[in-house]
Amino acid sequence: MTKASRNYNYAFLDEGSKREIRRATLKAVAIPGYQVPFGSRELPIGRGWGTGGIQLTLSLIGPGDVLKVIDQGSDESVNAVNIKKFVGLCTNVETTTEAQRATLIQTRHRIPERDLEDGQILIFQVPLPEPLRIVEAREEITKKMHAEKDYAPLWLQLYESLIRYSKVTIGAEYPCLVEGRYMMNPSPIPKYDNPKLHEAKCLYLFGAGREKKIYAIPPYTEVVSLAFDDVPFEKESFEGRHCRLCGATNTYLDEVFDQRTGAQYHQCSDSSYCREQRGKD
Amino acid sequence: MAYVAVSGGAEAIEESIKLLDYYKSSTQDALSAEAISDQLSLLVDRVMGEAGLYSKIYAGIALKQCEGSVEEAVFLLRAYRSTLTRNYYSMPVDTENMRIIRRISAAFKDISGGQMLGPSYDYTHRLIKFNGQTENPQEILQALHEEMRAQTPEDSLRCPRVSDELRKEGLIDSTEPDDQTPYDVTMHMLEFPSSRSARLQTLARADTGFISGLAYSALRGFGQVHPTVGELRSGYVELCVPYLFDDEESIYLGEILITEVECFNSADDNDQLKLSVGYGAVFGRSETKAIAMAVIDNELNQNGPYPTQDEEFVLTHGDSLEMNGFISHLKLPHYVTFQSKLDAVRKTREPKEASHDKSE
Repeated sequence: MTKASRNYNYAFLDEGSKREIRRATLKAVAIPGYQVPFGSRELPIGRGWGTGGIQLTLSLIGPGDVLKVIDQGSDESVNAVNIKKFVGLCTNVETTTEAQRATLIQTRHRIPERDLEDGQILIFQVPLPEPLRIVEAREEITKKMHAEKDYAPLWLQLYESLIRYSKVTIGAEYPCLVEGRYMMNPSPIPKYDNPKLHEAKCLYLFGAGREKKIYAIPPYTEVVSLAFDDVPFEKESFEGRHCRLCGATNTYLDEVFDQRTGAQYHQCSDSSYCREQRGKD
Repeated sequence: MAYVAVSGGAEAIEESIKLLDYYKSSTQDALSAEAISDQLSLLVDRVMGEAGLYSKIYAGIALKQCEGSVEEAVFLLRAYRSTLTRNYYSMPVDTENMRIIRRISAAFKDISGGQMLGPSYDYTHRLIKFNGQTENPQEILQALHEEMRAQTPEDSLRCPRVSDELRKEGLIDSTEPDDQTPYDVTMHMLEFPSSRSARLQTLARADTGFISGLAYSALRGFGQVHPTVGELRSGYVELCVPYLFDDEESIYLGEILITEVECFNSADDNDQLKLSVGYGAVFGRSETKAIAMAVIDNELNQNGPYPTQDEEFVLTHGDSLEMNGFISHLKLPHYVTFQSKLDAVRKTREPKEASHDKSE
């Protein structure tokens, strides 16, 4: 262990706390899409900066793990670097940028472009776990709506948006129904990533630290993005655009403006995938 | 490239930390953590209260580390607190046995046990003492000690709660003692409707500014309007934990300074009136916060239409870490989600006919 962390337990939290978080996680896996409340602990990272995801990571991580952390798809973004630095400080585990090498991947706002495999865990940082919050502000009521599977207000919102704009206007954080039972917020990933939640080989875990909820999508679970039969679910489109670095036309692109000329161009949001593609050429 | 995205995150953070050191540096002597915890007591009280960790010296160290930012100091203490194994719950404290340093009532002139002004800025003139700079805290302490040695202390009187008298008269609802294990909001998610123990814990740890503003709104008209402070007392209370090998015994841990408030409002009681009571208790001498807490506790019992009477609204939005954490996260990059938002906005502006064919 490094000098700075000698006063702290392995993976920061005390063992009792880690066990409690794992118990909540097991319950979440057993009831896909259901939000399990837990006694969220304070961390040295800001609440609202990924503490739910970090608590999941800390409760699961062991010496054999290989960790990857991304933010907006990028391994090098300040927040990803900072979280990796913190976990590294209190565990010394190996870190990587390669999605296929990692056993644990913590992410904010993206699912890696490359499909994850059996045995890998993708941990999402979740700001607002409640998919019904956009239609109902109160936790006391949304809990009842879930219990009664009353998702009508959400359907109504979808319908109203179609009537007003002829389009579904929900951007990221697009709600989906898990195993035909619980409506779930996939965290603010773009709609582009929603289909990757369906029948995946890996385990998806979602941690909301500030809101004190854990939920999960186990492998091979049915995840359906909310849509009407006659108006199919529609992802973000990047028609006619490509990554200026690797040339990809099949990835989620960030819109970037040149620092000097102000010219608009696009590049892959998944920086590691983009680098890999460039390596192939 | 700038602070995000493409690369350079690690170096940017290191340089940023160096700049923090620069902004903390000075040509003057270093402030010791002890000096902060002794001489900036009210700041320390606030930080300990919002953190839910009673340690004057750690609060001093935390404040020194973060240029005196309350939210950062609370953050440091909370993060440290969550690494500590919880071994015991202390036994209930009976504040009637408080070693009182200050006690006032705005309801009655004479109260059993007497009023005692104690340390308070209430009756000072807020004029800057420009020569305060040269005051030496050690000399002041010495002078005060000498003065105290020259005096003979009076016996302290028993101080029953002001509300006890009113309760005897039947003006306040008496509630049965509730010996249920309190709901621990630091170990469980707060659920609604919440228990009173959960509510009081949450309010005691809440951000001072947040609950003061809320209480003010209730006073001004968005609530039951002007309550009366029945009693405010500050002083030291003893903390004990159970002794595992003998139920009759307990172990004394030490004492902490707290402030406790009860406030009254008139309330409907069928075809007559009664008094409703609000309760507040906080670490240290954070008096305004204790009063605000009592006001809000009273409001929350009313089930009315105002923000302060809405339990979920009040209890979920006042935690320093949670509010500041979530507000400050807005500084994090949101490229992906914003791109998605842009996509949705742009699509609604496409010509209506064309937009239908493009669905994937």
